[in-house]
Amino acid sequence: MPTPVASVEDLALQEYKYGFVTDIEAETIPRGLNEDIIRLISAKKQEPAFMLAWRLRAYQQWLKMREPKWANVQYPPIDYQNIIYYAAPKKKTDGPKSLEEVDPELLATYEKLGVPLKERAILAGVAVDAVFDSVSVATTFKEKLASLGIIFCSFSEAVREHPDLVEKYLGSVVPYTDNFFATLNSAVFSDGSFCYVPKGVRCPMELSTYFRINSQDTGQFERTLIIADEGASVSYLEGCTAPKRDSNQLHAAVVELVALDQATIKYSTVQNWYPGDREGRGGIYNFVTKRGKCQGRASKISWTQVETGSAITWKYPSCILMGDDSVGEFYSVAVTKHRQQADTGTKMIHLGKNTRSTIVSKGISAGFGQNTYRGAVRIHKNAGGARNYSQCDSLLIGDRCGAHTFPVLEVKNKTARIEHEASTSRIGEDQLFYCRQRGLSTEDAVSMIVNGFCKEVFRELPMEFAVEAQKLLSVSLEGSVG
Amino acid sequence: MANPLLKIEDLHAAVQGKEILRGIDLAVGAGEVHAIMGPNGSGKSTLAGVLAGRDSYEVTAGRVTYAGQDLLEMAPEDRASAGVFLAFQYPVEIPGVGNLYFLRAALNAQRRQRGEEELDAADFLQLAKKRMKLLEMDDTLTRRAVNEGFSGGEKKRNEIFQMAMLEPKLAILDETDSGLDIDALKVVAQGVNALRDAQRAMLVITHYQRLLNYIVPDYVHVLAAGRIVKSGGKELALELEEKGYGWLEPEAAAV
Repeated sequence: MPTPVASVEDLALQEYKYGFVTDIEAETIPRGLNEDIIRLISAKKQEPAFMLAWRLRAYQQWLKMREPKWANVQYPPIDYQNIIYYAAPKKKTDGPKSLEEVDPELLATYEKLGVPLKERAILAGVAVDAVFDSVSVATTFKEKLASLGIIFCSFSEAVREHPDLVEKYLGSVVPYTDNFFATLNSAVFSDGSFCYVPKGVRCPMELSTYFRINSQDTGQFERTLIIADEGASVSYLEGCTAPKRDSNQLHAAVVELVALDQATIKYSTVQNWYPGDREGRGGIYNFVTKRGKCQGRASKISWTQVETGSAITWKYPSCILMGDDSVGEFYSVAVTKHRQQADTGTKMIHLGKNTRSTIVSKGISAGFGQNTYRGAVRIHKNAGGARNYSQCDSLLIGDRCGAHTFPVLEVKNKTARIEHEASTSRIGEDQLFYCRQRGLSTEDAVSMIVNGFCKEVFRELPMEFAVEAQKLLSVSLEGSVG
Repeated sequence: MANPLLKIEDLHAAVQGKEILRGIDLAVGAGEVHAIMGPNGSGKSTLAGVLAGRDSYEVTAGRVTYAGQDLLEMAPEDRASAGVFLAFQYPVEIPGVGNLYFLRAALNAQRRQRGEEELDAADFLQLAKKRMKLLEMDDTLTRRAVNEGFSGGEKKRNEIFQMAMLEPKLAILDETDSGLDIDALKVVAQGVNALRDAQRAMLVITHYQRLLNYIVPDYVHVLAAGRIVKSGGKELALELEEKGYGWLEPEAAAV
């Protein structure tokens, strides 16, 4: 009897494809964190006084906080004094005014990542705000968006050009006191994306940010703030990669979304930070706070995430459903392989009447990967007629990985209707054999089974990214069948 | 038979160390339909699994030649591309994967392997429609995920539909009749008959004679305790129907 060419196990154990380092002179500041560092960051970014004051308040708060330990992840202690909190590609002049002025090395990097910056961007209809280490490099489509009154720019630029909007909404969803990592971010965040869609405007294209961590030992602390004014709608995609390094890098981002009356925000993430190698060396610690506030009536916030990277993921994109009839959605695919650990899920906080939320979480574990779904659905006593539907499915590949589910339901209004479904399955030898008997290779069979498993999430992604996500999933699971 | 399509010689196979097949000899020529009958536990499904290349069976002795090649050396997907098709006794569900999508991927994987051009979506759909008509299937099954939520009968019909699409040279039907009511059985048998031709060999594995009223075999073999204890024409099946398998036990013990 022939032995199968590849076992499900070997399929996922593929090398990281995006592990190249770009040789660019970076401007960094000394390691460690203190008030002077924060002042330095703020000064480098020419921030108004309110911004520095906010950072310093966050720093004071952070000093009193402890790193959270409740997540189902293990990692050695992080030395926060050994991190470089700011790294920017060194400017040759005052900064690029157009794509032509952007460092060709940088553009080549984006090219390798497949970021559609130039014509490809136009073809794909994507406006990209590319964040390289901590500074936003180039923003495309700005003019076209500006003609509609849409502001889409780097966070630093927003702080300088639209301080009123930033001051009004910054911290309104994730206050600087929120949690250890969000508070750290509030103190030291270097850049990120900002988007404001004015009343009644539907953003005509997908907005996109591409993050990449390049410098060694730098933490990346971006901050994203998206505001959809009354009746506005916007779809936003973030993609992330990082080069391969033996040391671990910290990524502690904060994303805040605000949806006013009848506004819609769709936020999609494809995250493939370097996950570390087979033995668990290196990789990104991805400790991210993402939260959206459906502030207005009948507003809607939808999170879709495809998480295949990072050594450790700690992330719970959540929705606060304040406005009556508002809607929150969370669609997630999280893949862990090698020694990756993911503790991810969502919180749906129902405050308004007739608020609805949907949670669909798909966890895939291979190798020694550990995948945890952690979710909370809270129905406030005034949230009459609230509804939630949750579905948590886990797929196991091999027999050394783990899947864990911690759903919490807190219902204080008896008119609430809540449904929760959960399943755990394994890619069986039977399924594989069935596919192979029909002529498919083991790799193709695994890819097909996994993509089928994730279908409900993928169909929530914008079309062009759904294709990318499927490919990413196949690549990241190559060699994991056993 | 000078050069049978499939030639099994002294095949022994074990599952978890327990010997199930204990010396099978069988030759199947192109265009022939052979029925393999036998009581539960006689090794019928093991034989089907070994021919298709299921991992859980360990071949301990013997040879299987298929179209001049050593079948046992081939990976399951290569056997499929070479024209070996197994209609599963328990077809597997693949949630979220569309039935037609799956089938097109399978067909094109086989065509690539054989060095043929892949079928594009339009040609594939046309072929699918033709085959559905041949099997008198409606297209509701094709719109759903592979076997997901299918009834027992629907799953079996889907297997036959896949067979019609993949056009194998050797089709192995593993207890395709199990769990089917008489109407479903007729539909499935009709499909199988529509696919009979001079190039295609079939191995019809069944516990009961009734399937053979509809799929009339050229040869019938009785499997007992891992060996073929009796071979004959289609009338052998009727004899079995009448007498059961009991009367063959002494013969099984003797070999």
